[in-house]
Amino acid sequence: MLVSKEKMAGVVDAVSNNKEIEGRSLWQDAIGRFQRNKAAVVSVFVLAFMVIWSFIGPALSPWSYEEIDWNVIGNAAAAGFPSLETGHFFGTDDLGRDIYARTLQGTQISLLVGLVGTAVAVIIGVLFGATAGYVGGRVDNYMMRFVDFLMSIPYMFILIILFVMFGRSLWLLFAGLGAFAWMDMARIVRGQTLSIKNKEYIEASVAAGVGGFTIIMRHVLPNLLGIVAVYTTLLIPGLIMTESFISFLGLGVQEPLTSWGALISDGAKTIQYGTPWQLLFPLGFFIVGLFCFYFIGDGLRDALDPKDR
Amino acid sequence: MPANAETLVRAENLKVHFPIYSGIFRRQVGSVKAVDGLNFEIKRGETLGLVGESGCGKSTAGRAMLRLYELTDGRIDFEGVDIAGLNKGDLRDIRPRMQMIFQDPQACLNPRMTVGDIIAEPLIEHTKMSSKEQREKVKSLLESVGMNPDFVNRYPHEFSGGQRQRIGIARALALEPDFIVCDEPIAALDVSIQAQVVNLLQDIQERMGLTYLFISHDLSMVRHIADRVAVMYLGRIVELAPKEQLYKDPKHPYTKALLSAVPVPDPEVEKTREHIVLQGDVPSPANPPKGCRFSTRCPVAKDKCFVDDPEWRKIGDGGFVACHYAE
Repeated sequence: MLVSKEKMAGVVDAVSNNKEIEGRSLWQDAIGRFQRNKAAVVSVFVLAFMVIWSFIGPALSPWSYEEIDWNVIGNAAAAGFPSLETGHFFGTDDLGRDIYARTLQGTQISLLVGLVGTAVAVIIGVLFGATAGYVGGRVDNYMMRFVDFLMSIPYMFILIILFVMFGRSLWLLFAGLGAFAWMDMARIVRGQTLSIKNKEYIEASVAAGVGGFTIIMRHVLPNLLGIVAVYTTLLIPGLIMTESFISFLGLGVQEPLTSWGALISDGAKTIQYGTPWQLLFPLGFFIVGLFCFYFIGDGLRDALDPKDR
Repeated sequence: MPANAETLVRAENLKVHFPIYSGIFRRQVGSVKAVDGLNFEIKRGETLGLVGESGCGKSTAGRAMLRLYELTDGRIDFEGVDIAGLNKGDLRDIRPRMQMIFQDPQACLNPRMTVGDIIAEPLIEHTKMSSKEQREKVKSLLESVGMNPDFVNRYPHEFSGGQRQRIGIARALALEPDFIVCDEPIAALDVSIQAQVVNLLQDIQERMGLTYLFISHDLSMVRHIADRVAVMYLGRIVELAPKEQLYKDPKHPYTKALLSAVPVPDPEVEKTREHIVLQGDVPSPANPPKGCRFSTRCPVAKDKCFVDDPEWRKIGDGGFVACHYAE
């Protein structure tokens, strides 16, 4: 015998003592794969750091995001440059407001818009798409033609008209972005549901007498979540981008609140007067933030490989 | 199987047609007659083998028996209750008595659920067991299909095909059914595992007094497990007979051709024996031929076969055949 008796006894002991062996779910597998993706893991940490910084960072600055430094106003190019002495770490804008505080505040708003808009889109899109796909037939046809109809509306015009009519508010921004972002999600989810609902485990549930709604919640949704998670991480930067564009047009969040897009817009207007910091600091945050989201999305896509294993 | 046992399930003129829609108005232009008038009965404790080539409607017939597909026409008599006419609530009450074992062990278990949750699902739906009782029941089920009960917290992708099939069987047994439709349960398994699973199915049948509808295209395996065998062609049963009779003395020309395709494990016999090779392809079930379904490919078809649909008649000792000239 090559293996000593004691060793074998130890193995037997270990195996027999290990009652109710814990399995590794597909989620745990996916987390393992995600953790091996360095860019994605670094992005998670950078993003987490950015979020934490945006909340505790303003306390480190003597200036709040709406305070005007009267020494600098009208003379931003000469006096409002980034400096530790004046407390304007990232400089000031033309009105003498602190860019550091404003960038952090804009970070909060932009991330919030991305997350809330995406949450609205995911909830509506997943429920709508899963229902259409699972029920199928005529209901599916009507529901998806409704989506096609909504998609053919130029949503940017509608959003701009809404902002002009009802004034600029954060809530309108959330609702408006979410209400138009769910349609792609609904299509993707419906397509996946169509392929899942013909799987034999669904039939087994039907044969066991499980109801339609329970089947959607217990069998269809958990198998959809992989692709939804990937699409969600790609939707967040998309919505941040859209919000930035709306803010760049001068709509979007109301002053003195700000967002990445609004800050970049302001900075871009004054770039020729020798105040590059007004553009570069918000732009840096914007680029780093979006990079992180895209890296995380890529990592998730690799980790949650839709191939059944 | 006990002799002259009572009938458990009877199908009468079972039909499942799938509509074909076409054109911009999605009008129905025809239908695929997947199952077109089946008549058979299964006695309690018996195994009825259902064989036929791909696409002949075997699986559709099996699913229709559990009303996983809505019937176009016909009756399914389950102990005197017509399943085809039941409403949702009554159907749900009768579901625990009939279950299904599936073909594809990869697709029949939800990859996101643990084995314990998968097997417990029917228990949650139909019993008022506490979660602890469920746990115990699941473990005893796993044991009864020859698996380690400590695997309850594992996930399907951690098992081999044969083990997954056993899990599928455990799930079907959870509610202690009377009737199980086995839809090609061994087709996706290795030959060595096939034997294990078939033996397991037979053991369970003896222990629990189960009745099987065993769907397969593997004629030798059906010969091993079934008591009586039904041969399907293009949505109809062409011959149904006790297995010795069917394998020894097939009446229908299609059955003869099918059996002649089974290889004999003796090269000397294999070299000399007669092979009946059918010409042409199976006609489309959306547009079956007039007269006898098999007339377009039958080597012995006569004029009458192209005009008259043969009736389903008794032949020999307990056999049935649908052919004008079989004797």
